Amino acid sequence: MNALTRFPDPVAIPLPEPPPAEDPGSTGSTILFRNVSKEFQARDKDPAVTALDGVDLAVPGGSITGIIGRSGAGKSTLLRIINGLDRPTSGSVVVDGAEVGNLEPARLRDLRRSIGMIFQHFNLLSSRTVFDNIALPLELAGTPRAEIRSRVDELIELVGLGDKRGRYPVELSGGQKQRVGIARALATRPKVLLSDEATSALDPETTRAILALLKRINALTGVTIVLITHEMQVIKEICDRVAVIERGRIIEEGPVYEVFARPRAETTRNFVASVTGSALPRDLADRLNASPDGAGSAVIRIVFTGEHATAPVISRLSRSLDIDVNVLSGQVDEIGGRPFGNLIVTVPARRDVSAALQALATAHGLHTEILGYVP
Amino acid sequence: MSPEIARLLAEATWQTLYMVTVAGLAGTLLGLPLGVFLATSGKGELFQAVAVNRVLGLVVNAARSTPFIILVVAIIPFTRLVAGTSIGTTAAIVPLTVAATPFIARIVEAAIREVDQGLIEASRAMGATAFQIVRKVLLPEALPAIVLGLTLTAVSLIGYSAMVGAVGGGGLGDLGIRFGYQRFMPEVMAAVVIVLIVLVQGVQSIGESIARRVNRRLRTA
Repeated sequence: MNALTRFPDPVAIPLPEPPPAEDPGSTGSTILFRNVSKEFQARDKDPAVTALDGVDLAVPGGSITGIIGRSGAGKSTLLRIINGLDRPTSGSVVVDGAEVGNLEPARLRDLRRSIGMIFQHFNLLSSRTVFDNIALPLELAGTPRAEIRSRVDELIELVGLGDKRGRYPVELSGGQKQRVGIARALATRPKVLLSDEATSALDPETTRAILALLKRINALTGVTIVLITHEMQVIKEICDRVAVIERGRIIEEGPVYEVFARPRAETTRNFVASVTGSALPRDLADRLNASPDGAGSAVIRIVFTGEHATAPVISRLSRSLDIDVNVLSGQVDEIGGRPFGNLIVTVPARRDVSAALQALATAHGLHTEILGYVP
Repeated sequence: MSPEIARLLAEATWQTLYMVTVAGLAGTLLGLPLGVFLATSGKGELFQAVAVNRVLGLVVNAARSTPFIILVVAIIPFTRLVAGTSIGTTAAIVPLTVAATPFIARIVEAAIREVDQGLIEASRAMGATAFQIVRKVLLPEALPAIVLGLTLTAVSLIGYSAMVGAVGGGGLGDLGIRFGYQRFMPEVMAAVVIVLIVLVQGVQSIGESIARRVNRRLRTA
């Protein structure tokens, strides 16, 4: 690269503190994956299919960690290994100090009672009312009847289904069913909540409401939430941390804000572009050259993060160099509670412009990237 | 119709009801657990026991492929062992039960296999034992289909019970053959057919109404 270069990374953003728990004793479990691999073999003579390939991942206690990947990437297997629904072929998963793969059946059932799970298709019993569905895990654990009653009533209120107590799942909407699923998953006061594409069958508005509920529950109880999704919107909306999985490997992992600001892998960029408005307009993308030779303008992405998201960078750049800065697209979002802006501009492909941009970026802690050149 | 024939008809109806009810209950008692086992002992299932599953499957198929009238005669020694005699209404309950059990087992198996796998997964994730999954999830969820299946069994048993006249079992079918056919009394045959139709209709309506009541998958007002 000659005219413009990639600028140094802005200051590293520290890992967000887990939200304060209502009861410090109930803070969610830490989950550690160490070199976890999983192979499936449908029939004895079939070649084995690798679902997970040497996954290392740390899920901090009390965090909301999202695992994003396309279908078949292995995210579902990764989630199911946490509560032992699948066993890893090699490697280990440690939840709260206990290695899941080594537990005898009775201990594994105890562990599962401390890990709630919600599902894309809700998996409610059609033969049970809302109340009885939520009561099921408590019945299974042998909880006394009176205690079940008070706990279930409390949960029904928590998820906002006070008027649906005696209804059957067939009488509920998708969002209401997922609320029942969430209440049921929380019945035994788990330290971990696993979410298997819990909002994928819901419309956008209901999705937002369910995600807000999960976030509230995380803040209220400190439960560690691990969710898998194929939608970056879900990650953006509630996660503290994100891991991107592709072909059974974690290709990128970190605090959501950092990953959004500086996605490294191609897949991650695509996911990020799907929600931040950082995707190029199509007609521009078609005309884009990698080489600056004979180019009139450079197309640049500027990522504003933190308090700089509102700095008047563009007007300053325009004024100080007396150039026209043409804004092609832009969006300001809130990610992890912090403002996050994404701007695509064209500027004259001049050396002094690139130097000035670099200076501005350094001064304001921005991240800039040359996407290409247009004649 | 003479009072004598009316008395015979009442007695035969009672015998049919007695045989079908007892054989149906006994068949359910045996067939239900057998069906649950067949549905849950395959590869990778709750009570994995592939070899036992296969053997039981063969036995069930063998019992079901034997024509009922052959079965009645073929198991006479077994009937004598269980009932103390091989002749009479009570003795006839044994082959009826032997025929009903594999029938019910297959119906229960099919009903349980229809239960959404996601529910098994969800209950495993809740820390349920295999027995808890059967009792709290599979059976309640399969109940509407099981009730309809048992209704079907009861109707089949009414039909089968017509053949136990061969071993002195009595019942409506026997009455129809001996009086209506062999003694050329078409009015007896007609009466038998009418009573059978009423019985089957009654069983079917009751079964369907119970199945509807336990089925929560339908939106009811």
